[in-house]
Amino acid sequence: MSQPDSKALVEFKDVTFSYPGSNGDRVILDRVTLSVPRGKVTALMGASGGGKTTVLRLIGGQLKTNSGQVLFDGKNVGDFNQKDLYAARRRMGMLFQFGALFTDLSVFDNVAFALREHTDLSADLVRDIVLMKLNAVGLRGARDLMPSEISGGMARRVALARAIVLDPELIMYDEPFAGLDPISLGTAAQLIRQLNDTLGITSIVVSHDLEETFRIADKVIILANGGIAAQGTPDEVRHSTDPLVHQFVNALAEGPVKFHYPGVDVATDFGRPA
Amino acid sequence: MTRAKSNFASNLGFAVREQLGNMGHAARLFIRLLVMMGPALKRFGLVRDQIFFLGNYSLAIIGVSGLFVGFVLGLQGYYTLQRFGAADTLGLLVTLSLVRELGPVVTALLFAGRAGTALTAEIGLMKAGEQLSAMEMMAVDPVQRILAPRFLGGIIAMPLLAAVFSAVGVLGGWFVGVVMIGVDSGSFWSQMQSGVDVWRDVGNGIVKSFVFGVTVTFVALYQGFEAQPTPEGVSRATTRTVVVASLGVLGLDFLLTTLMFSI
Repeated sequence: MSQPDSKALVEFKDVTFSYPGSNGDRVILDRVTLSVPRGKVTALMGASGGGKTTVLRLIGGQLKTNSGQVLFDGKNVGDFNQKDLYAARRRMGMLFQFGALFTDLSVFDNVAFALREHTDLSADLVRDIVLMKLNAVGLRGARDLMPSEISGGMARRVALARAIVLDPELIMYDEPFAGLDPISLGTAAQLIRQLNDTLGITSIVVSHDLEETFRIADKVIILANGGIAAQGTPDEVRHSTDPLVHQFVNALAEGPVKFHYPGVDVATDFGRPA
Repeated sequence: MTRAKSNFASNLGFAVREQLGNMGHAARLFIRLLVMMGPALKRFGLVRDQIFFLGNYSLAIIGVSGLFVGFVLGLQGYYTLQRFGAADTLGLLVTLSLVRELGPVVTALLFAGRAGTALTAEIGLMKAGEQLSAMEMMAVDPVQRILAPRFLGGIIAMPLLAAVFSAVGVLGGWFVGVVMIGVDSGSFWSQMQSGVDVWRDVGNGIVKSFVFGVTVTFVALYQGFEAQPTPEGVSRATTRTVVVASLGVLGLDFLLTTLMFSI
């Protein structure tokens, strides 16, 4: 099934992607080539609007590339028809930024959702699997609560349990740390690492949180200006000499990524008329 | 001058193209929903929940409105009929007005306001909360899982509500005409029974309410599904549901009535 030469579960080959805009297309990814190794935690980092979430959506087939290939387990996601795409998606789990729990279903039913839609398992078996997954994220006791009754950190853990309920090969985390308090943040990071190691999953983490991400990632990819600014182990990236990566890793206000949104210069706006 | 003209032309062209695109989207969604009605019926639990949600919660407003429309029909009908000495036929007038026209139309307008907006807002917010995306990523088609049961639920609920509206309206007309004004009870009911044809009158009303059910439910689902996933976008989509569904119902009503008269 998997090709002998690919140790990568996900590969991007020369991928270009742009959103159509009113004044010309806004290019998000410009001939990007990257690979996500199997069984590892890969972190995707970069400034906001840099195309990180786009990468996830391309892998999940929710967006299509303008050119280039997105390979999932050696097959081009862009060539899938709906049936193939859905078959591939059953092998992926995705954790959305704010959990995206179904607000009309309880915690238990949220986690059970995919099982009930895709399998004919008996109610007893569904219950056991769901409680097992909820146990893994520490929320077995919260099974009867509604999404409106739990905190943001808990919602994300429920979403994580939901994402792993079908035992996927790949989990994509879209900003799993955004807006979490330090305790929840540490727990979330630990969970990602733990699930990756115990279940042998491949993980892709999109995040802004340098410290936590560097701590749990095996590979870091930094996206900027439509391309890849740096990739490698956390240590390699930390010591990168690329000015852009240096700015990002050290959280500097000025550098290749400008503080000011491009516009007319200051003198024209504030200066005396000539 | 020429510049303004060409600007106008390009704007017009842009708007037309955009509208054509929207119509294409809507038509595709409509066909997908029709195709999925079969599979949706297999999971009748989901449809039943929607009939309950759309139908049962609309029951109060439909019942009260039907009663008052019946009251007013009783009063106005009596006022007109007694000029010709035909107050005995009040039952017939009230029933025909309700069954042929007011029942389906007013129910559809209320249904758009009560259930249609709820559908649009629900689906728009699900989209805004990435719930629909999450479902897609779980390899579950939101059109099949979320939209199709609601579509069926709306189509089933609407004729039932229209029937309730008409029935309550007739009772309202009877109350005003017979109990309050004193029209003869026997002639009120017998004129109605002999004058109303099951196929031509009641049947036409049922066809209308069915068509309106499809219209209102589809408009609500489409607006929610295509809403911009922002608070402003959902609010605009909800407003559009009421406007488009109401105008659609009134326009289709004229069309259907014309057709039914010509048959």
